[in-house]
This record gives sequence, structure tokens and C-alpha cells, in this order.
Amino acid sequence: MVNEVNIDPKSRADMPTTSYSKPVIGATGKTGSWRTFTPKIDYDECSRCRTCWLHCPEAVITLDEDGTPHIDLDYCKGCGCCAEVCPKKCIAMIRVGFDEEESA
Amino acid sequence: MKTELMSANYAAARAVMSARVEVVPAYPITPATTIPEQIALLNETGQWPGQFIRVESEHSAMFACIGASSTGARTFTATSSNGLLLMDEGLHWATAARLPIVLANINRSISPSWNIHVTHDDSMSKATSGWIQFYVSSVDEFYHTIIQAFKLAEDERVLMPVMVNADGFVLSHTLSTYDYLEPEEVDKFLPPYKPPHWVMDPENPVSHGNIVFPEHYQEFRYAMHEGTHNAMKVYEEVEREYKKLFGKYFGGPIDCYKCDDAEVVFTSQGSVAAEAKDAIDELREEGYKVGNARMRMIRPFPVDRIRELGSRVKGFASLDRSVSYGYGGPVANDIRATMYNTKHRPIIKSYIGGLGGRDMTVPDIKEVILDTVKAVETGETGPEETWHDLR
Amino acid sequence: MVATKDMPLKEYVLKGNAACAGCQDMVALRHAHKALEGNVIQVVPACCTSVVQGLWPKSGLGIPVLNTAFPAAAATASGVRAALAAKGKDDTTVMVWAGDGGTFDIGIQALSGAFERRTDFLYVCYNNQVYSNTGTQRSGGTPLHAKTTTTWLGKKEPEKLLDFIVAMHEPVYQATANTAYPRDLYDKFLKAKEIRGPKFIHIFLPCPQAWNYPVEKGVELGKLAVETGYWIQWERVGTEFTLGRQSKRFQDPEKRKPIEEFLKMQGRFSHLFRPERQDAKIQELQDYVQYRWDLLMKTLA
Repeated sequence: MVNEVNIDPKSRADMPTTSYSKPVIGATGKTGSWRTFTPKIDYDECSRCRTCWLHCPEAVITLDEDGTPHIDLDYCKGCGCCAEVCPKKCIAMIRVGFDEEESA
Repeated sequence: MKTELMSANYAAARAVMSARVEVVPAYPITPATTIPEQIALLNETGQWPGQFIRVESEHSAMFACIGASSTGARTFTATSSNGLLLMDEGLHWATAARLPIVLANINRSISPSWNIHVTHDDSMSKATSGWIQFYVSSVDEFYHTIIQAFKLAEDERVLMPVMVNADGFVLSHTLSTYDYLEPEEVDKFLPPYKPPHWVMDPENPVSHGNIVFPEHYQEFRYAMHEGTHNAMKVYEEVEREYKKLFGKYFGGPIDCYKCDDAEVVFTSQGSVAAEAKDAIDELREEGYKVGNARMRMIRPFPVDRIRELGSRVKGFASLDRSVSYGYGGPVANDIRATMYNTKHRPIIKSYIGGLGGRDMTVPDIKEVILDTVKAVETGETGPEETWHDLR
Repeated sequence: MVATKDMPLKEYVLKGNAACAGCQDMVALRHAHKALEGNVIQVVPACCTSVVQGLWPKSGLGIPVLNTAFPAAAATASGVRAALAAKGKDDTTVMVWAGDGGTFDIGIQALSGAFERRTDFLYVCYNNQVYSNTGTQRSGGTPLHAKTTTTWLGKKEPEKLLDFIVAMHEPVYQATANTAYPRDLYDKFLKAKEIRGPKFIHIFLPCPQAWNYPVEKGVELGKLAVETGYWIQWERVGTEFTLGRQSKRFQDPEKRKPIEEFLKMQGRFSHLFRPERQDAKIQELQDYVQYRWDLLMKTLA
């Protein structure tokens, strides 16, 4: 009678009584596809200051215990805020398709 | 069960106490005002332990109801007329959110001009919203229907809000004896509200009401329609249980009086329907085969009951204390629509009267019924609708 | 102020949501919820935050969210608080997260009512100075001369001084914040969470869509707003006023950068510079900075 929310409803029978949603990563899909520029961290220069993590609007940067940042490119929308705020200026924004390593 | 002498508004405040309502947000408006006044008093004196929110508008009253009900609390509010209209956005929000809020609407005319007396235009304008709607004819019925309304609204087959309507002043401010129940007695009938599908809870985070695209929106609307529709059947069960426990029964969605062999039945909503019993008695004495069909529930519309009645009678005299401006009496229209898809075609006369609190006395009601009796005898259906006592 | 390395790593804003690239609202949400640590019910009236959650049946926010009607955020929150009180769950923060339209304009009655009732909740207005969700129409929070889709030639009136309106409701806690300073924002939510009663946090956040600036420049713009003295960081616990450390040195007009630096980065003010420079209008905006400082320091400080 009263259905639980089903993340992928096929018919009315799979739908809940009303439109409540469950939190999931990727609610709008793999938003990495929105990017026109891709951030690339120069880890040799990175001071592990966490500033990129602090300002990332997307929560796509995770940190190792020592503060080493990792950007989840499946979801990064490529806004470039991280590159702007980086005190070391060690995050490059590279136009999608122009990364030599990526294309290699 | 005990008896006391009270107005309908004070009885509604007691129903809040009896049903162990947890949250009441309310805003004053004549003639509903004495409901929040009395609830405030019950609260401040410790007789009702719930949360009373003295909101700054009816719009906020309904949305505070929505916030409270969404967080799993049993919730009630009361209003009238322009107050109900200001709630409008919230009324529709509550149905789509499937929140079992109960609202006591004291029917009052809509402005302008200012008129604080009864017209049913306020609640009738919400007939397409999904709210289940009752109209009552006595203080006793008002009190018990409010308690029943929670059971009905909270049933997981329904999960729709319920509006219990009572005529302004005629019921809201008129003292009458009624029987009431202590909360401990009501507990047997009405367990604490447990939200069956979703609730605001940090332990189990869900988001309610974000975007739904056309692929699914219609299905949610169908589910709402089903919920309101199911209320007809569920209310039968509710009434049966209530009668068994407390001996109270008000006649189902249509309370019929002397309808069994009637050739013409009078239908109406609210306090006129009580008055109509006397009119029926007098007409019976005068030799007319007439009956009184008191419309207690207009949403969901009691289609089966009307068709059953319509298969036996020759005419309906249907009085609306409301107008669908440009197209007659709203309930009369529904009765006509209901009968169209049957092989029975009684004459269905639409009467509009008693607006702005104008009295509908026994002679007025008799005049209306006799007009339909005449139409049945002559076969002349007459005008589309008749405004009774139009000067 | 909290050190970045001491801030919780857990994210309540979930990646892959529907926010625009560079949306500063998500920065505010991230750090607000890090401070509240999930023990919150968030009420959201119609605004960008109702959209960034994404489509049913998924949500991009890992917290309970009750979406509500545009004028009704504070009223809805009042109901949530009452229900929690009825159930004896008093430790949960009830938070409204509303835009400037839903706060300055259509929601101000409900806001006023809830504050007057001394409702125990936190009202957050994230202010990007425009109805951005409906396509950037002017709001009561839109500044003088800003172009919007209902003020094509620039707004003719300055913004409503909302902080003063709220202050006259005597909240137990009131603060301004700015997404360019996330650690400060985090601290303010941490503080608000511990105080019972009506609380208000007003967050300044640049919107790349409505203000028409390059998406990566949100932090720079936020900082410029403070460095020009246009946005003032302050906090008030009861009647105890503290000027924020980011704004302190800019109390001195000499130390402020000219407002022009803030304006010329934004397309919404481009008509003040092209085709001809509008000196009088720029000066009006410059003068308004000092007017606001004076008003703040004379009344609330």
C-alpha cells in the first residue's frame, strides 16, 4: 500500500505515496561531463594546504590524511575555483581534449 | 462519555484535547476565532499538553501544519472564509505531500462585502483540491467527526487531509448539549499517529518535494486521487468502529431521513439539513412522499449512494448555500453529473439560497421541496437553477 | 577561527548534484552542514537550493530537507520545531535555507512572525541579490544600478537593509558571512547551533549566472565585496556586537579599495563603464558604502 522510494521506478507500483527522495551521489548523473576545463594538480608543487578542498563548491575533492587532495573527475564540473584559490598556483585548468597524458 | 453544554467551536477545542493532537497552529478569524482562543486557554492551563503556535497569518498556519505533520506530529487548525482562501497554497501543498492534517472550517461568506455569516463558498471553492470534506449539522456531530477525521486521514490507504465544515454562528456560536470523550477513551479508537511513508528525521534523511518531471508527476497525482477516493470506503470502517466503541453514528456520507419510499428528496449541506427534518415531517403530514438526504461528505463524492437513491426517486431538490458563479449550485451539479451515466433520470432541481447567513426556515425549505414536487408532477424541469427568496 | 585541517571531512553536499558550476551556495551549504554535523532539519522555500538537489527520487543533499512554498519557510520551520518539541527531540537544529527573494520579499512576513514568536530556529538567507532561480529578476536585495531581467537598464532603488529589519526582531544570534571566507562561516554555524532561540545568518554569495562574471572568480569577488567595504562581516550575540576580523581594517575608508574594483568584474554593472563611464552612478554606489557603515556602527554596534 505505502511504497518505499525506489531509485529507479519502472511503473506506478514502484513509486512511493508521495515524492520524497533519498540522498545519493550523482543525483544529476556524472556531472563531470559538464566540464570544458579539467583541473590538474601538480603534486610536486602542492603544499597540502587544503585551500582547494575548502573552496570547492562541488565537494569533489577528497583529502588524504596528510592533506593531499584528489579530485573526482567523474563529478567535477570544472568551475576552476580550486585553481583560482590555490596559493601555490599549482592547479592547471586544461581544456578537455588538450591534456597530453589523457590523450596518450 | 460525558455531556456538556457548549458551542461547536468550544467542542472543536475539546476534540483537539480528546484526540491528543500534538500541534495546533492557528490564526484568529471570525467566526472560527473562539476555537484558537479556547485551545490557547486549554494549553496555558495545562489541560492540553500540545504545542500551540500563534502564527501571524492563515498562510503561515497551514504551512506550520505542514511542517509539523511532515515531522510526524498529529496536527490541527481552524479557520473561516478569507482565512481558508489565504491558506490556499498550503491546502494544495498538504494534499500533494499526503499529510493527514485536520482542519475545522467554520463556513463564512467571502468578502467583499464584509459578511461574517454562513455561505459555503469558502470550502466549496476547495472541492477540487483533494481535501476530504464533511459538512455537519450539530455540535455533537462536529466534535465526533473531528475525532473520526484523524482516523480517516491517517489511514495509510487515505493519507489525505480532512476538512470538517460547520456553519458560522448557527453552529459555531450556538450552545448545545453534546457528548464528549476523555483522551483515554479515544485512545482505544485512535492510536498515536505514525507516519507510514516519510518523515523529517536526521536519523534517516530524505528530501521531500524536490523536482518531479512529467514522466512521474501524473502518477503522484493519481495516487492523491486514489487516496481521496479510498476515503469513502475507509470512512465506512471508521464509522462502524466508532459506533461499536462509543455508540455514535451520524449516517455515513449521506444521512437519509424518510427516504425509503420518498418520491422527492431534499439534499443540502450543514445546518439547513437539520432544519429540513422538520420540513419533511410537516410535508409528510400533508401527504407528500418526501425525504431528507443530508450530504455529510462531498469529497470524495458519494457517487454510489446518490445513484442508489436516484434509482428510487423521481426528483432531487438540491439546495446549495453556495454558487459556482456562472454555473449554478456546486453540489447540485455533482448530483446531476453522477446521475447522467445511469439509466435513471430523476428531475434534479438546483436551488441556491441562504447566502450571507440569510435564514432558511422550515417554510423556505418546504417551498423549495414543493417546487420540485410540482416539477415532477408536470414533467417541466424549469430553469437551470432557482435562486430561492431572491428579492 | 577554525584551522582548515580541523574541519570535518564528512560531506553533506553530495557530488553530482544539479548546482551550476562554481555555485557559491554549495560552498555555504557544505560548511554550514559540516558545522551542524547532520543533526538538522532543513526547510527550503522556492529558490536555487530547491533545484540543486536534483530530480526525484534522488537528492544531492545528505540531510533531511523539507521543500516548502516561497512565502512559507519560517512558518514551515515553526511547525517542524513544534513537532520536535512535542516529541521531546530538542537537540535537532531547525534551519531555514532561503534565498534573498524568499527572505527580503515574499517570505518576510513569515520570517517576522517566527522571530516575534521567539521560535528556536536558525534562519539562513543566502543572498545573491537576485531571483536567480527564475532567471535573474530583481529582488528587494538587488543593489542600486544592477541590471536584471526586470531592470534592464539598471535598478533604480538600493537594496532593502534587511539586517536592520531582522535586528529589530532582537534575535539571540545574528551574523553576516561570506562564502569567500568558509572557515569564518563554519565558525558562525558552530556558534549558532549552541544557542537556543531565533537566529539569523545572512550569507553574501556571488552568482556567476546573475552577476555575469567568470565562474572561477566567486572567491575573488566575495573578497572584493569585503575589501571595498561593500559587504561588512559582523556578528551579534544578543546585543553584543563584534566587527568581523575580515572587515575590521575596512572600517577606515582610506583602507578600502574603490567600489569600482568590485563593480567592473561584473556584467550586471557593465553599463556603468561602457559605452561611457557613468561617474555619477559609480559615485552613488561608492557613497552608499559609507552610508551603510555609518548606519551599522551607529545602530547595531
